[in-house]
Amino acid sequence: MITSSVAELSRSLLARRLSSIELTGSLLDRIETANPTLNAFLTIDREGAMSQAKAADARIAAGTASPLTGIPLAHKDVIMTEGLRTTCGSRMLENFVAPYSAFVAERLARAGMVTVGKTNMDEFAMGSSNENSYFGPVRNPWNTTCVAGGSSGGSAAAVAARLVPAATGTDTGGSIRQPAALSGVCGLKPTYGVCSRYGLVALASSLDTPGVFGQTAEDCALLLNAMAGHDARDSTSLDRPAEDYARQLSENAGAKPLAGVRVGLPREYFGAGAEPDIVDAIETAIAGFRSLGATTVEVSLPNVDHSLPVYYVISPAEASSNLARFDGVRYGHRAAKYDDLTDMYKKTRAEGFGAEVKRRILIGTYVLSHGYYDAYYLKAQQVRRLIADDFRKAYQRCDVIVGPTSPTTAFCIGDNIDDPLKMYLNDIFTIASNLTGTPAISIPCGFDGKGLPIGLQIQGNAFAEAQILNVAHRYQQTTDWHRRVPAGFAP
Amino acid sequence: MKWEVVVGIETHTQLSTASKIFSSASTAFGAVPNSHASAVDIALPGVLPVLNKGAVERAIRFGLAVGGTINRRSVFARKNYFYPDLPKGYQISQYEIPVVQGGSIAIVSPTRGAFRVALTRAHLEEDAGKSLHEAFDSPGGLGRGMTGIDFNRAGTPLLEIVSEPDLRSSEEAVAYAKTLHSLVKWIGICDGNMQEGSFRCDANVSVRLAGDAKLGTRCEIKNLNSFRFMQQAIEFEVRRQIELIEDGGTMVQETRLYDPDRNETRSMRSKEDAQDYRYFPDPDLPPLVIDGTWIEQVRAEMPELPESMAHRFVGDYGVPITDAVQLTASREIARYFESTVQAPVGVHLSGKTAANWILGEITARLNRDGIEIEQAPVRPHEFAQLLARFQDNTIAGSIAKAVLDRMWNSEIGGEADAIIAAKGLRQISDSGAIEKLVDDVLAANPAIVAEYQAGKAKAFNSLVGKAMAATKGKANPAQVNAILKRKLAG
Repeated sequence: MITSSVAELSRSLLARRLSSIELTGSLLDRIETANPTLNAFLTIDREGAMSQAKAADARIAAGTASPLTGIPLAHKDVIMTEGLRTTCGSRMLENFVAPYSAFVAERLARAGMVTVGKTNMDEFAMGSSNENSYFGPVRNPWNTTCVAGGSSGGSAAAVAARLVPAATGTDTGGSIRQPAALSGVCGLKPTYGVCSRYGLVALASSLDTPGVFGQTAEDCALLLNAMAGHDARDSTSLDRPAEDYARQLSENAGAKPLAGVRVGLPREYFGAGAEPDIVDAIETAIAGFRSLGATTVEVSLPNVDHSLPVYYVISPAEASSNLARFDGVRYGHRAAKYDDLTDMYKKTRAEGFGAEVKRRILIGTYVLSHGYYDAYYLKAQQVRRLIADDFRKAYQRCDVIVGPTSPTTAFCIGDNIDDPLKMYLNDIFTIASNLTGTPAISIPCGFDGKGLPIGLQIQGNAFAEAQILNVAHRYQQTTDWHRRVPAGFAP
Repeated sequence: MKWEVVVGIETHTQLSTASKIFSSASTAFGAVPNSHASAVDIALPGVLPVLNKGAVERAIRFGLAVGGTINRRSVFARKNYFYPDLPKGYQISQYEIPVVQGGSIAIVSPTRGAFRVALTRAHLEEDAGKSLHEAFDSPGGLGRGMTGIDFNRAGTPLLEIVSEPDLRSSEEAVAYAKTLHSLVKWIGICDGNMQEGSFRCDANVSVRLAGDAKLGTRCEIKNLNSFRFMQQAIEFEVRRQIELIEDGGTMVQETRLYDPDRNETRSMRSKEDAQDYRYFPDPDLPPLVIDGTWIEQVRAEMPELPESMAHRFVGDYGVPITDAVQLTASREIARYFESTVQAPVGVHLSGKTAANWILGEITARLNRDGIEIEQAPVRPHEFAQLLARFQDNTIAGSIAKAVLDRMWNSEIGGEADAIIAAKGLRQISDSGAIEKLVDDVLAANPAIVAEYQAGKAKAFNSLVGKAMAATKGKANPAQVNAILKRKLAG
């Protein structure tokens, strides 16, 4: 039961072989046991979860359940959840209780999912290792001396350790896919605008994308079905007809389910210095796609190398402005002693924000400054368009693009913390999806010599969620990487 | 040396939408502090702005009214700065591409006559909250050294209207501001309430030697919350600048605050202290796209504009242009005038007379009673009846004014004819009666007659006065004049 996927649990719940109370209770027990080791959860809401589970069981009994009713879920702590503390991994919001719920949280709650708690994260979603959390790093269930990745490290570790079958995350430059890769789970970043950003504490508004972690691509599809949809409260939310993202998964496609699918292999992704074990695992996976009927085609993304510098102009620029509201005036941390207004601002923000947040606010303020705007922000937006053009051209020749999610597997806590540039390189393969607003998923595709999981990234064109989920799902039908459970957390 | 004054005006016009520009909270003035402040208005984490179409519609209306270009695509930008009443740490405004560009406003200058003031742009933005220093840090206040913040105003939609530096005196600046004020009320985009801050002007003032092509260094004067203050502030600032330059000083570009109590402007901050607002397009809001259909819909619902209405009053009713401009100062005055001249009273009323009476007698009574024309107790059709009796010589002007007073006070149902009949005010136009009247006056005043015949022309008026007084003003003055002249000559 503990290691079952959302789809499997759903079948048991709907068949009344299992109650949500039973499931939620045992997962809460697991969370309480594991959390001192993993530090994946910042808030555990046993009372609230049990009452939601009770309501879910009643709904199942009444025959009005959705496929997600009664399934326990954790939210990244950047997603507002009414009545629950929402810290963003920051001292600034250490005691901030959300007065309303994010659109995605509302949607999943309406589907009947049971929120068990809030997961640890890099402060304000800035980081690739979860070491930037004010509440300490998340530990990787596969090796607790290693990081779980970031910024959604808590959600990734929670799913990897089978503390919850699914969790939400947000992905601004890879913050779902990179921790999914490092923790050995699936992580889906949908097309920008498919899920409302309402209630997501903003890092970089033009890049932030809510998404989901699960054991399987199928689970990601089920959650996306509930999370997607237009929201009038987010002006960048897209008003599109509802879509069943799992529709391709159940089609009987025979022995060659990926026949006709063209897998693009960007030459830029394969010379970019991913670790040899990762390259080997990706090559093996590609061979797997071929045996499932897919064809492969080499594509070129000549400007994709600029993704990282473009990202580190645009993202801090937007963040510097988005984080200005944390000023100690209306909510959140305020310095205890100050001389005047300016001093209050300075001390509040100096105390409330950690080093990485300050670094990015400084970068962002700099690139937007008078006299530098054209050279940095405007130029970065122009290059962003060129990168999008590269992908558009590539998708004329292929349906999905495949490569490694991250250049390395999980590294040791403390190893990269003093070298921000090295840390930023973790997102080298993931950032382009955010810059272009397109969907991508990371799925487990093997382990390195140290027994750490390797992630495979499948990118698609805008609104190609159903297709990348199908490619991932067909792969998972013939592999069991996603079924592996870290030794210390096997039931 | 002859100095030329150069003024440009920036006006923050509060748009009359029921809800805020990016949230659904009410814009009503005067509510309990922070009772109209939604999650968006206080910038809770995770909330997002959603543009109020009503604000855009009003901006389009303004663009059409001034003949400006309505940009089919404009962009909201963030203006970043820290202040406690600015909840997000940035103001959403329009920077590089505003919703309206260009256009002009026709004004009448007291010195240069009628001309058009060019507009630079008009852009949409949100207002900030209000810092309440007095309510807290004062004797009996809520806390010494503390400042309260009211976010009710935060997010109120504003249209910032920027004029070119086309104005050459404080009087022209006020004429522009008044014309703009009546225009925004006319087209229904702003309630124009200056006490409540619905219409706030800043003036950019500089001086230069007459004939200089280059503009002088300017100062921006803030806190001009009445037309009188605007005029006084500009006059003070012009004197200050001229004295400074004539004394060999150098002008510094700065923002100055007008202090109405001391009637002076004081430096707030210089250009060097100016903040870097780090403008960039707001990623939470897609570009504002206005299609031709929308513009045409708004155009179809536009009222006739004051300028064209004034010209129509000249053409249709023979009203002098200066009167026509005053009659079109507001839609209510214009409507009063037009309803009066079109009222079915049996005669074709003279537009010129109606205009005269509305701008004179009616306006005087409105001012005396402190009411607006829409509250005037004498309605246009009633007023038209009175004018008809004046025009057809049933009553003389002085009697008509007295009747107007009785109507104003609602005597005898406020009907002019009823009052005239009841009070026996009908003009005496019977020539036999007037002949007799004149004979009586001549007989009773031999001394005055003698003075007249000795060449003292003024004595004639005195005799007319006696005749009018004898009939309590009811005698037809023209007939009295003619008969008196004939009899004295004979």
